[in-house]
Amino acid sequence: MTDATVRPEDAVPPAETPEMELFHAHSWVTQYVFCQDAKVIAIQYAGTAIGIGLVALVMSWVIRIQLAFPGAISFIDADVYYQSVTMHGMIMVVYMLTAIFLGGFGNYLIPLMVGARDMVFPFVNMLSYWVYLLATLVLAASYFVPGGPTGAGWTLYPPQSILTGTPGHEYGIIMMLASLILFIVGFTMGGLNYVVTVLQGRTRGMTLMRMPLTAWGIFAAAVMALLAFPGLFVACVMLLLDRTLGTSFFMPSIVELGEHKNYNGGSPILFQHLFWFFGHPEVYIVALPAFGIVSDLISVHARKNIFGYRMMVWAIIAIGVLSMVVWGHHMYISGMDPWFGFFFAVTTLAIAVPTALKVYNWVLTLWHADIHFTTPMLFALGFLVTFVNGGITGLYLGNVIVDVPLSATLFVVAHFHMVMGIAPVLVIFGAIYHWYPKITGRMMDERLGKIHFWITFLGAYAIFFPMHYLGLLGMPRRFYEMGQTAFVPHSAELLNIFITVTALVVGFAQSIFFYNLFRSLKHGAPAGGNPWRAASLEWQTPETPPGHGNWGKELPIVYRWAYAYSVPGEPEDYLPQNVPPIAGEHSP
Amino acid sequence: MSVMGLFFVFIASIAVTWLWRQGVMSSTWLAEGEVANYPGEALSPPPAAKVGLGVYLVVAGCLFSLMTAAFFMRMESSDWQPPPAPGILWFNTLALVVSSATIQMAQFAAASRSREGLKLWLGASGVFSLAFLLGQLCAWRELVDAGLYASSNPANAFFFLLTGAHGLHLIGGLVALGRTFRGAWDDRRNTALLASSVELCAIYWHFLLFVWLLLFAMLTGRAEALGAICRRILG
Repeated sequence: MTDATVRPEDAVPPAETPEMELFHAHSWVTQYVFCQDAKVIAIQYAGTAIGIGLVALVMSWVIRIQLAFPGAISFIDADVYYQSVTMHGMIMVVYMLTAIFLGGFGNYLIPLMVGARDMVFPFVNMLSYWVYLLATLVLAASYFVPGGPTGAGWTLYPPQSILTGTPGHEYGIIMMLASLILFIVGFTMGGLNYVVTVLQGRTRGMTLMRMPLTAWGIFAAAVMALLAFPGLFVACVMLLLDRTLGTSFFMPSIVELGEHKNYNGGSPILFQHLFWFFGHPEVYIVALPAFGIVSDLISVHARKNIFGYRMMVWAIIAIGVLSMVVWGHHMYISGMDPWFGFFFAVTTLAIAVPTALKVYNWVLTLWHADIHFTTPMLFALGFLVTFVNGGITGLYLGNVIVDVPLSATLFVVAHFHMVMGIAPVLVIFGAIYHWYPKITGRMMDERLGKIHFWITFLGAYAIFFPMHYLGLLGMPRRFYEMGQTAFVPHSAELLNIFITVTALVVGFAQSIFFYNLFRSLKHGAPAGGNPWRAASLEWQTPETPPGHGNWGKELPIVYRWAYAYSVPGEPEDYLPQNVPPIAGEHSP
Repeated sequence: MSVMGLFFVFIASIAVTWLWRQGVMSSTWLAEGEVANYPGEALSPPPAAKVGLGVYLVVAGCLFSLMTAAFFMRMESSDWQPPPAPGILWFNTLALVVSSATIQMAQFAAASRSREGLKLWLGASGVFSLAFLLGQLCAWRELVDAGLYASSNPANAFFFLLTGAHGLHLIGGLVALGRTFRGAWDDRRNTALLASSVELCAIYWHFLLFVWLLLFAMLTGRAEALGAICRRILG
């Protein structure tokens, strides 16, 4: 046993990996455009993701306007409606949420949180962004090809996705599949980096069990994504071959418009298996980084260590593992063997256990804490409530007999928007308000932030709560117009109009956020290095914003976990990870 | 889907072992005395590039097992016809085995710092890999000449898909091998660096050989026997 207070670094084992060589930019182009610095790549990723996300937001208005005022705008015909549904779904899930959490926050936070100078393969990291940008551009370009983008729904189920009658069956679907293939190639390059940086890039003393939960969440999500995206890749390649070369992986022999097509013997259900093998883990690829970030936001802004850190880590791993074996619950109505339904219902409901554990731990962290109602904290609390909400309707839908009647209704739309739409988006906002001072050196305006929060939070509930009710009424999703549907009462139409108006208001209200974001660049209050008095490593950089190489001359040495808040007997109420230990301290 | 199951059990066992060695189960804050208890210093981690390759192999393995799983699922339908198996595949397999063996020799040569041996074995491995690829192209040619297109029936489509995916992975490997080969001719190149990139190539080649042997067994219908053995063991 050594006395840790005399020469504290002796208590820390030597670094496991040698220092990496940094790439140094020599021109404006290599510094800001083709840049290998993870922080610049992060901002490029996030900017692209938010940009294409705004396109998807506009698509959602098109959908909502058609649902509330059918035929009011002549430009929205059935084709445009289905194209909007498809693009809204695909962009939001893949090109926005996945890219911003892993490409944006992952790139910015992983090296800073584990005390690395950069990602371990900076060049591959840069390539990852440019391939992602190319994928986004290919997707956006499908608006300008004859026939427009595909309208097959974001699940792209064959046979309908490549047959006449589906909008965009000529070129749109090819562009969509090509874009997804590119996205997965680009993502794999990035994902390799995130995983290997966590494995190999940690600084001296940063053991796995001292990493902030944000780093754990992003790490676990990256591992899952690397295992799940090949499913989508295979599905896309095979569907593309069916469409272009006329193979029959998914296409059964089929008569189309009185003409017998050349396909024979393909299996459409096979596509569903491959697609959902990716599709379900995708939910948690989005949710796990959000879980991690929320843990950190709550701990910092409630000035209390996270309750049950080790359990939180294991819950992340358990959720990751379980989520790989639940994909069948998206296929309850595909006519599968009832025993499969039973298996998938059991695994689906089992996920509730680690998830509930995390929710309890967040609540117990807040219990008797010194809660500061800052904007990031408000968003974190908003996430907590919204996620529990969406999770509970998930328990209903996870049961086969409840899912079968509800599957094709707006109830499902309400469920997944709550759990993987609104909840992660609230976390994204919270995280931007939280780390903006580190990224720019200036604070975002608190008053505008709170206005933004309340409009977004209450607005989201006003939009999606009534949808549960509409779903229970039996109002179908995916329908372009209701026509003479007797079972949908008049009140449902009024409710639809209310939802649409709210959606438009909440959508436009996001301009408050963008105004705040850009105004604070110049006019925000100077933040200093650590405005939230946070203990984790990314707030301890010598410069703010962190310079190239992050840490100046010496890499930091880590002495404790990231949650040393309200330590008894300390002048400050927190101990940063890199401050040498005080006598008698027992931090993990 | 049992293919995927086996693959994931394998990956999960690696992950759990690794997490265990990293001390995820220990609660260091409960230990009295030292500030923290670290996993032993004896852990000498592999270089980042090797870990990166390992992670990539998991992704590629996932890709191939998914395609295999799709193949087996499709095979269960009643209208299934076995895929074609041109005789040249036997020759190709031999070429790939030799290529894998020669690259292993190259790795031994690099470890014993023999530049000349390294150049020879790397070159040989490249030639045999190219022979394999050419052979695969001949096999494709043969099928097309016989009127067996990818669009003829699902089994053919799978044949082209699987061999194509495997071939593309090998072409990617040949790019890396070419760069290493060029490095071997450059006398200023650091020998240790060169040895590590030869090692990475060798790992990748063995992986591709392993994948090919499984695909070959599957495409020529010998996977049934393999499956029967597995079922016997698991049952």
